[in-house]
Amino acid sequence: MADVAEISGPQTAIEPRGARPRHAFSRRNIFIYGTLILVAVYYLIPLYVMVVTSLKGMPEVRLGNIFSPPMEITFEPWVKAWSSACTGLNCDGLSRGFWNSVRITVPSVILSIAIASVNGYALANWRFKGADIFFTVLIVGAFIPYQVMIYPIVILLREIGIYGSLSGLVLVHAIFGMPIMTLLFRNYFAAVPEELFKAARVDGAGFWAIYLKIMLPMSLPIFVVAIILQTTGIWNDFLFGVVYTRPDTYPMTVQLNNIVNSVQGVKEYNVNMAATILTGLVPLIVYFVSGRLFVRGIAAGAVKG
Amino acid sequence: MPQQKRPIRLLRNLNAKIAAVPMMLTATFVFAGGSLWTVLYSFTSSKLLPRFSFVGAEQYERLWAAPRWNVAVENLFIYGALSLIFQFVIGFLLAALLDQKIRFEDTFRTIFLYPFALSFVVTGLVWQWILNPDFGVQSVVRSLGWTNFEFNPLYDADIVIFGILIAALWQGTGLIMCLMLAGLRGIDEDIWKASRVDGIPTWKTYLFIVIPMMRPVFITTLVIIASGIVRVYDLVVAQTGGGPGIASEVPAKYVYDYMFHAQNLGQGFAASTMMLLSVAVVVVPWAYLEFGRRRHG
Repeated sequence: MADVAEISGPQTAIEPRGARPRHAFSRRNIFIYGTLILVAVYYLIPLYVMVVTSLKGMPEVRLGNIFSPPMEITFEPWVKAWSSACTGLNCDGLSRGFWNSVRITVPSVILSIAIASVNGYALANWRFKGADIFFTVLIVGAFIPYQVMIYPIVILLREIGIYGSLSGLVLVHAIFGMPIMTLLFRNYFAAVPEELFKAARVDGAGFWAIYLKIMLPMSLPIFVVAIILQTTGIWNDFLFGVVYTRPDTYPMTVQLNNIVNSVQGVKEYNVNMAATILTGLVPLIVYFVSGRLFVRGIAAGAVKG
Repeated sequence: MPQQKRPIRLLRNLNAKIAAVPMMLTATFVFAGGSLWTVLYSFTSSKLLPRFSFVGAEQYERLWAAPRWNVAVENLFIYGALSLIFQFVIGFLLAALLDQKIRFEDTFRTIFLYPFALSFVVTGLVWQWILNPDFGVQSVVRSLGWTNFEFNPLYDADIVIFGILIAALWQGTGLIMCLMLAGLRGIDEDIWKASRVDGIPTWKTYLFIVIPMMRPVFITTLVIIASGIVRVYDLVVAQTGGGPGIASEVPAKYVYDYMFHAQNLGQGFAASTMMLLSVAVVVVPWAYLEFGRRRHG
């Protein structure tokens, strides 16, 4: 993975090389752009279908075809999805799940990055005996299917007394974010010129002083990458949400699934699609705003699977 | 840091050790300890609560006798093999197309990758809607005149796994494309020049020179895809719920259902140990090569 992170980093910034093709409509160009455009349309169709379905009224959904644009635009499904869609007995919509997800994601991102950045710094610049062994276990652990570790963690959280609470889930996210985050920071700090570190040591700066005054200000880009990676990852989590929270603390993804796949009542496809977009909105915004940084992050974070 | 500077006494590097405490605890107690615990308890008859009553391999015998588990494993094989092949092929072809010094490269890449930012639950629900037999693709094609058109993967037990595959490919191929593109950009431009001078056709250069050179990228990608395949869970839960019947069950769902709904922990532990085993077969040799060799990475 480390290689991938390195190659994808600076290389993506390289401009197209060589002379431009002379004929804009050569057979080669038509083939390349034609294929790419077709594939792009295919990739965009689900997003399009989600949006148009969520803007139709139910009678129109039942009559029409899913690809046709709405004849009459209505925002009612969005309002309903947000504030009054039902899961079981609760009918307060996705808003509860949204705020739960916010209350899960924000502390989880902060906690996991705080732990991992300091840890990566210790591994890169203050190597001590045995550190490599723990680090290897940590990285190999990233590949262990979560299902293997789920139940021991249930017991652990129950012992501490936070099973079912949001803080329990935050701890779980911090634990499972640790391998990739530590790897990310360790590789980044290892590439910081050694002279800087040595000079600070000579000046008498200690472990925390060097971290706070030199490493932290120097490494803002990697912090941004880490925040992007963790925000989307934690927001999109479903498994841990199902296992470690109760219905009133369910994150948005779990609540969305319960709303759409509930067996009671008439299916309101337009409300379902509005709810689906609402859930996907946060990671999508992060993705479109962050652009290249996201690509860098996933290339480094691809190990997460 | 240079090796000589490594402190000898236990307390010299105390702050670094304190900083690494969360990692040590996680690595020891959660990753190593938790996995061992699960493997150990898979040999017990635990039901509602974990009890250490050793029953040998009984849970495994029951597991492999269960039709649901066998369906789940079979599904994972079909889904796994096909998504491996298609992700590699489509991901590589898209990357090769994007690597042709084209315009709007960023736009295309942004479009191919955006599904990856979404949750599997979102992906599963969108495709559930698109593949809905009464409103989705099937009904649209029928309304265009082909009234006998059959395409109903979500309610047809024989092909339901392909419905899930379609959604998974939509979500995951962009990532593979990005990894492949990074690999292609890592190939020295001189290689291309040399093959052009020798008059070797482009496709031959790809097949016999570029692809063999990208071996490390392929291996990393293989590990990423493989470990993702074994974990497939949320997508199935959202898109089909394992149905129709048990036709689209997967091992991860079997584990969850037995642990938290059927109150049969022993079965869940045995099933998750099988998952661990299947990942270990791929990851252990790779991790040995990747991390065992270069200590100072």
